[in-house]
Amino acid sequence: MKKKWSVKLLLIWLITLAAAGVNWFRPLKMGLDLQGGAHLVLETDMSQIDVSARAEALNSVKEVIGRRVDLYGVAEPLIQTAQVGGSDRLIVELPGIEDIDQAVALIGQTAQLDFRESLTVEASASAMVFSSTGLTGKDLKKAGVSFAGSGVQSGQAVVDLEFTADGAKKFAGLTQANVGKPLAIFLDDQLVTAPIVNEPILDGRAQISGNFDADSASQLAVQLNAGALPVPVKIIAQKNISATLGAASIDQSLKAGVIGLVLVSLFMVSLYRLPGLIAVVGLIIYGLITLSLYRLIPVTLTLPGIAGLILSVGMAVDSNILIFERFKEERRAGRPFRLALELAFGRAWDAIKDANITTIAVSLILINPFNLQWLNTSGMVRGFALTLLLGVLTSLFTGIFVTRTLMRQFLSKRYD
Amino acid sequence: MINWFKYRVFYFGLSLVLIAGGSYSLLVNGLKLGLDFTGGSLLELKVNAPIGELQTVAEAAIPLASLQQSNDSFILRSRAIDSAQKMQLTETLKIKFGEVSEIRFETIGPLLGQELIQKTLIGLALAVLFILVYLAYRFRDKTFGICAVLAMLHDSLIILGAFSLLGAWLGVEIDALFVTAVLTILSFSVHDTIVLYDRIREDRRLYPQETMVNIANRAISETMTRSVNNSLTIIFMLLSLFVFGGETTRWFVLALLIGTVSGTYSSPFVAVPLLVLIKRNR
Repeated sequence: MKKKWSVKLLLIWLITLAAAGVNWFRPLKMGLDLQGGAHLVLETDMSQIDVSARAEALNSVKEVIGRRVDLYGVAEPLIQTAQVGGSDRLIVELPGIEDIDQAVALIGQTAQLDFRESLTVEASASAMVFSSTGLTGKDLKKAGVSFAGSGVQSGQAVVDLEFTADGAKKFAGLTQANVGKPLAIFLDDQLVTAPIVNEPILDGRAQISGNFDADSASQLAVQLNAGALPVPVKIIAQKNISATLGAASIDQSLKAGVIGLVLVSLFMVSLYRLPGLIAVVGLIIYGLITLSLYRLIPVTLTLPGIAGLILSVGMAVDSNILIFERFKEERRAGRPFRLALELAFGRAWDAIKDANITTIAVSLILINPFNLQWLNTSGMVRGFALTLLLGVLTSLFTGIFVTRTLMRQFLSKRYD
Repeated sequence: MINWFKYRVFYFGLSLVLIAGGSYSLLVNGLKLGLDFTGGSLLELKVNAPIGELQTVAEAAIPLASLQQSNDSFILRSRAIDSAQKMQLTETLKIKFGEVSEIRFETIGPLLGQELIQKTLIGLALAVLFILVYLAYRFRDKTFGICAVLAMLHDSLIILGAFSLLGAWLGVEIDALFVTAVLTILSFSVHDTIVLYDRIREDRRLYPQETMVNIANRAISETMTRSVNNSLTIIFMLLSLFVFGGETTRWFVLALLIGTVSGTYSSPFVAVPLLVLIKRNR
């Protein structure tokens, strides 16, 4: 009998070591509220789009925004679509970015670029009337940023455009027809600049020089490269969290967690002595396993998630308390040590199982694993529920298997 | 053995007084709904400015609803504003008062609040349905499920009432996290009740001749230590979070704390007495 338990003990050690290893080598993914960043909910304006084409339009909005975010350089952004009622939405999370406002501007712009000819001959720009030419951002091959080398605008940032073969042809035709006249560049129906065409441009290269600084020029280039949004979007919810607030939250939660754990450990040991100590060891193993699961799955840890974790520690202890109390009872009823221990495990398990199934069910409803639109879709709530679910599942393992093995191993030696 | 059931009038009385007080406040004051429900904007800034002057500048720039000082920063609330309006405000503040650092900015359209309420109710209905069905199945008796759900209702009324009062006294607002806390407490409450039910089921098998009252008394006595000890560990963790865990989750944690206490209390003193009353009268 003893030998079999030693195999289990070895298994527990291996699992603990593996969990510790994962914790050492794998990074923990932190949510926006811990590392700072922006959370945006964008609503698309689908009024101009046929109902049957909306899902596709929403997807292409997602793709374009995804490309913009990638080009802007955000590590691990989250972009997901959501359809709620009649509204098609996009949820964008940008962790760790510093200039949130700039990023928001970058994401939200439709970025429809088009070239327009002047219909009037007057020189003043405000009086000019333009007509579309059919040359748009779609004809663009790529956009880049450079700095004007000479002239009055020396040192100013400009956006370089390179057209596709088709676009180059159109552009050549346009410049030929408009020598000496302005050719206007519009972005989202706003006049950016209207340079005078000096000579026909045949190689399909052009430059936009407006009132750009390095940032705004590269932002425009990113938008042009990533393509225009097929429909206008509007931000209906936004959450910006500064990195300092995030760091403070981590510190506070860590402190709270450690102090809470120490209190619980003291409580358990003073109440149950050696079994209490075993429960504390079980709790440490529990902590290691849960955290390593977060890293492996991976679970993005958020502030409510930390609360879920800390709460689940309390619930993990419950399995132990159930067993210990039952054990004491069986001993009081005069049963021999070994029998009392086994009875306690068996009987406590019934209660533990039934009780935990409801917690598992509620957390599954909150996690909404099938992404049902009529259930909760808030990332914060889901994060909390996921940590609670993982906590309960892990605590079933540590509360039963780990504590049981350790108790059989270490308690029986003393009492037998 | 302690005759717990004998004091049922006291338990029901205490619960009724607490629920009546809370419900009265709910009817009169309602709940103070936060941004997540009402929509609007919240901007937290660090700026070296007197609060009066800050108010004047902010009122000129955005539709300011309230301005509040918290530790070394200011919290501005207003109807929903966009990024551009916010930037305009911070630019103006920079010119007037020097350095401005933005700690957080949240803006939420009013429609989202409606959705949150709707989705919560659907989630709640699903959870209750599951609990009723599962308990009816596990205990071969639908009364168990009904009483557990009544105890759950008791706990949610206590939390809602407490937050209605906190809203009226301290201006505490409820948000999406509060909704989560309530749902969690519901599952905790049932968790706790089931442990007790489980004991009743076992004792019924062991002592088939005993009356329901005696069995319930025995089960309550047997699980009381476990129940108190278990809740204490959760309360230790939550208290630690409440004291050291920072501003953002403070009220969330308090909701969990109130719920844990209420959920522990409601198992032996609401769910089981109700169960016994219903069973005895049949």
